[in-house]
Amino acid sequence: MTVRVALAQCAPALGAFARNVRMHEEWIARARTERADLVVFPELSLTGYYLKDLASEVACEPGDERLAPIARASRDIDVVAGFVERTAAKTLHIASGYWRKGELVHVHRKVYLPTYGIFDDGRYFGPGETFETFESVAGRAGIAICEDLWHVSVPYLYAAAGATLVLAPSASPGRGVAEGGDLGTAASCRLMDQFYAQYLTLYLIFVNRVGHEDGIGFWGGSEIVGPDGHVVARAAEFEEQLLVADLDPDLVARERVRNPLLRDECADLVLRNLSSRLGLR
Amino acid sequence: MSAPDPRDLSPLRIDETLVRKMLVGFLRDETAKSGASRLVLGVSGGIDSAVVAALAVEALGAKQVLALFTPYRASSGASRRDARVVADTFGLKLEEVPITAQIDAYFAEGGGDVADRVRVGNKMARERKSIEYDRSWPDGLVLGTSNKTELLLGYGTQFGDMACALNPVGDLYKTQLRELAASFGVPAAVIAKPPTADLWPDQTDEGELGFSYSDADLILYHMVDRRLSVAELVRAGFDEDLVRRIRERMRRNHFKRVMPLIAKVSLRTVGHDFLYPRDWESDTQR
Repeated sequence: MTVRVALAQCAPALGAFARNVRMHEEWIARARTERADLVVFPELSLTGYYLKDLASEVACEPGDERLAPIARASRDIDVVAGFVERTAAKTLHIASGYWRKGELVHVHRKVYLPTYGIFDDGRYFGPGETFETFESVAGRAGIAICEDLWHVSVPYLYAAAGATLVLAPSASPGRGVAEGGDLGTAASCRLMDQFYAQYLTLYLIFVNRVGHEDGIGFWGGSEIVGPDGHVVARAAEFEEQLLVADLDPDLVARERVRNPLLRDECADLVLRNLSSRLGLR
Repeated sequence: MSAPDPRDLSPLRIDETLVRKMLVGFLRDETAKSGASRLVLGVSGGIDSAVVAALAVEALGAKQVLALFTPYRASSGASRRDARVVADTFGLKLEEVPITAQIDAYFAEGGGDVADRVRVGNKMARERKSIEYDRSWPDGLVLGTSNKTELLLGYGTQFGDMACALNPVGDLYKTQLRELAASFGVPAAVIAKPPTADLWPDQTDEGELGFSYSDADLILYHMVDRRLSVAELVRAGFDEDLVRRIRERMRRNHFKRVMPLIAKVSLRTVGHDFLYPRDWESDTQR
């Protein structure tokens, strides 16, 4: 039995929450028409990415009425969407939520906040602290928001916790236009996607946005890579697209029999080595 | 990444198809977000404005692009001819708005020393830009044509040719713009002629700067894009004097690349800790 996934490679409006909610409703409706079981939006899809001082103005708690339309839209299709979370302690985080059957069932807070080069996440947001997996329509899943995925420990921790699917909502700016190569960032992202998927034997769903914010262009190129390392589907670069493809959860089982790297992984050794290095024992 | 080589210009090569796609998308998106529907630019007959004209036409269509040629009495006939060729190549109507009367009137009234050609040149550059801004009213955006080499060297007039709403070519070196121009079908004569601001007779960029664009671009590429130090470049065989001169130009002219300084006295200050994106959108837009 396959699971149909829709990757919403969209261009959110910067700081215009209500407009983005309407955009989500439209794209979710399109995904529903395509009979998708799950639709995944990019990082900060409900707010836009380079928010600067707008971050606190568009932030909301998970129970906020402004998110209710997303919950309603998720009654018959699972939804991953990005927002600025204001916690009970009033700190701000870059968050991606998983809505299922009308409920927000999981929130991941971006842990790794890039604050270098063209990025300034650490100035405006606090880091998440956990990597929790949850039950998605396509199996056990973990969410890695953009920079999270660039840290090898993140997909590793999810795989160690039983995930067969890593969802990676992103806002990746395109840069590097040297002749004879792919767009620099695209080449790096594709390498990561394929490596993680194949060596952790899981589905990797990378959903990148498009459009421009203050002159910076997001390159799209969203893709699904299977546990065998093959690209199941890939969206165009720089253009809006709802990319729909079918996942075969049984492929994970078959690949893990053929290639039992995860079964043989010694998490206890990793833990002991890290613990002694950190002086924890 | 191999070691920098003073004889190897290949690091400056770009994927023209990809760059073109990115720049057209940039112009389309940013114009739409600002609510404007037209683009305005000065076409000088040189490469940079030719490439910007081509990009603007591809982004919005020739009907939505206004090309202005703004000659002074001393401007060369070659500039007019090449500006026309560029406009014809990309299907643009070129409007000519002379600036001689106002420039001469200003200096005749004792407004400045007419013998100082830099002052006259700056005045001309600002006059041209003020016309472009006027002609952009009420639904157009002024495009910038300063390339990365000019921006980094500070080779331009602040609030003159450097002023604009959007600059699609500011992250491309002169050498890269030549490559892009060829791929756009910019006429060979425009690409081949020596770059000039044409602010006074026989002025050329390279003559005034004292070095060639290809030498400067390679040094800038390694220094800026690849973050190599002066010492590392000298060790790799680049001319030390030239590297130092370029680095100093870059430092000295940095003020041209940033917004004016605002004295901070209050709790929250524009430019310091009042930091909103320029693309600040509203729920009711569009």
